[in-house]
Amino acid sequence: MTTIDRSTLTLPGVDLQIVRKGSGPQVLLLHGGGGPVDHLPFFDRLAKHYEVMQPVHPGFAGTAIPEHFDNLQDLIFLYLDLIDSLDLNDAILMGFSMGGWAAAEIAVMNTQRFSKMVLVDSVGVKPGGPFDRDIADVFALPPAEQLRVAWHDPSKAPDTATMTDDELQTLAADRIALGFYTWEPYMHNPKLPGRLHRIDIPTLLIWGESDGIVTPRYGRAFCDMIPGARMVVIPKAGHSPHLEQPEEFLKHFLEFAAS
Amino acid sequence: MRTWFFTENAYPYLPDADSYESIRVNLPNRHFDPDSGADLYHMYLDMWCAADEMGLEIMNNEHHQTATCMVPAAPILLGILARETKKARLLILGNPVANRKQPIRVAEEMALIDVLSRGRLECGFVRGVPYEVAPANAFPYRGTEKLWEAHDLIMKAWTHHDGPFSFEGRWFHARQVNIWPRPYQQPHPPVWVTMGSANSAVQVAERKHTGAVFLAGYPNIRNIFDGYRQGYLDNHREESPLDRMAYCALIYVGETEKAALEGANKLLWYMTSNKVAPQFSNPPGYHPPSTAANIMRGTHSSSGLPLVPKLDEQMARGNVFAGTPDQVFQQIKSLWEYSGGFGNLLMMGQAGFMTFDETLKSMKLFTEEVYPRLKELTASYDPGAMKELRASLPDVQAVDISNMANEFVR
Repeated sequence: MTTIDRSTLTLPGVDLQIVRKGSGPQVLLLHGGGGPVDHLPFFDRLAKHYEVMQPVHPGFAGTAIPEHFDNLQDLIFLYLDLIDSLDLNDAILMGFSMGGWAAAEIAVMNTQRFSKMVLVDSVGVKPGGPFDRDIADVFALPPAEQLRVAWHDPSKAPDTATMTDDELQTLAADRIALGFYTWEPYMHNPKLPGRLHRIDIPTLLIWGESDGIVTPRYGRAFCDMIPGARMVVIPKAGHSPHLEQPEEFLKHFLEFAAS
Repeated sequence: MRTWFFTENAYPYLPDADSYESIRVNLPNRHFDPDSGADLYHMYLDMWCAADEMGLEIMNNEHHQTATCMVPAAPILLGILARETKKARLLILGNPVANRKQPIRVAEEMALIDVLSRGRLECGFVRGVPYEVAPANAFPYRGTEKLWEAHDLIMKAWTHHDGPFSFEGRWFHARQVNIWPRPYQQPHPPVWVTMGSANSAVQVAERKHTGAVFLAGYPNIRNIFDGYRQGYLDNHREESPLDRMAYCALIYVGETEKAALEGANKLLWYMTSNKVAPQFSNPPGYHPPSTAANIMRGTHSSSGLPLVPKLDEQMARGNVFAGTPDQVFQQIKSLWEYSGGFGNLLMMGQAGFMTFDETLKSMKLFTEEVYPRLKELTASYDPGAMKELRASLPDVQAVDISNMANEFVR
């Protein structure tokens, strides 16, 4: 079994935590608002075939939000430095939810170091008009409703009642970080749709059929904005298909990666 | 002791609280009847005018998307009072400058009120309670930094009289600032800022502004005022004047204890009606992670809110002063001595369903029988004697501080 390497990479202005595991073709994995995913079974499975590199977005998992950070753009530029520092070549760029948004923002700047992109239940665009709530306002929903929109089967969600104080505090801090990167414009960049035509690598969108935060309809609209992109929908999964249907999720990823 | 009459201007005619999730943010405004609302606005303005005639000062505030406070724009009501009243100082506590996108507009509104009232404005700045985050769409992280940046810009807008200046800060940008009118009071109206902790008190003391504390009671008041006094001493090498500290409590004075407690129970509507959904009381970035986690814990185990404050507990905490004139004077004096002294009492004298007559009855008793004694009390203030007195009073055991109490201290 390959071991997980957690290290701190010193980049201009930020000491960035990064988790690396496995060997093979490179995968740059940008996690979503739920925080790092290296503790999940699918991450291990991925690392059997790939060298998976997951930076921890500053603010998540107990790390600090850098003083000079204001919004997602700071994260994008940090990751441009990261990509150079890791000397990525022909890597697969994969992002979940807000990490997918970050991935798309990176890809519209430059795809030179990437061979493919995978967006999983990603936010980042706003297909509708000013009065359309395209993306559920997760910060304004009651706790039970938050679970309902995020999960196909909410009973599988982590139970905050059984969390330790430290775990709950990390969850609270992750929520602050998510708000920090996505508050306004909410979970999207109005300029992004006009830039997505620049993406010139094969792109797959993987979507949970029951996602109530960004629905499959939203995913299709997003998919239509990216040249040549295609989308697969996983049944019985919500906003995190890698959690609710890891087998199905991996199957789609591996097929696409090998194609 | 200066006393400021305050009512939050509630809209109390609501359906059963079980029928809605939250009195703040998402309670549909079909429950607001404009005719009843008009009657209430006039009644509240009449109360403030009565305060002016009795010799009390005036305080108002604003909240958004809530039936607990029908005033989403405090400067508008204060502008009316600038014209309708004659003597009272006019305190707005305050302008939620961390949530407002245009500090210059705030500077202009305040200058207008100051000129119109011929220099009676006292201008407060507040960060705002957590339930203000959603209505303002303002991410609350670094809210305190935003507040102080807006403050710096407004102060300069008030005091700079030589044509446009430029401000390009982290949060706010204005490149041609030259407000008309400028304030009536020179160099600027007195400034107030709310304080919720010793740390936040130091920032207020550094600037010699008046620091106001809401409902902190015995458990917190020493810590906060001590922070202010020490901060003032450290920064300015002199004791802080008494008038730089303010305390807000619910106050009802009755001819008998029984009548007073009945009145005070009506004031408690302010607390009991504050049913707030957890997603609005705990927005990301408002509370530090440890506090946010505690609220999440409470949320999960039960509905958490509303809490049910009891009058005797709130009186014991020092959040409510209620009784005959003698009793109320003693209650205030007790907290005053325990806290080390303050020069301003913010009197929440009306809430919920309390009528005009009920409110004025208490105000009148307060003005005639309590106020003169409070003025004597503060006139006798001697910093050295107070220090000795304060040292002789042991710390009251910190009683349970509910989430609600935390949230009101801002």
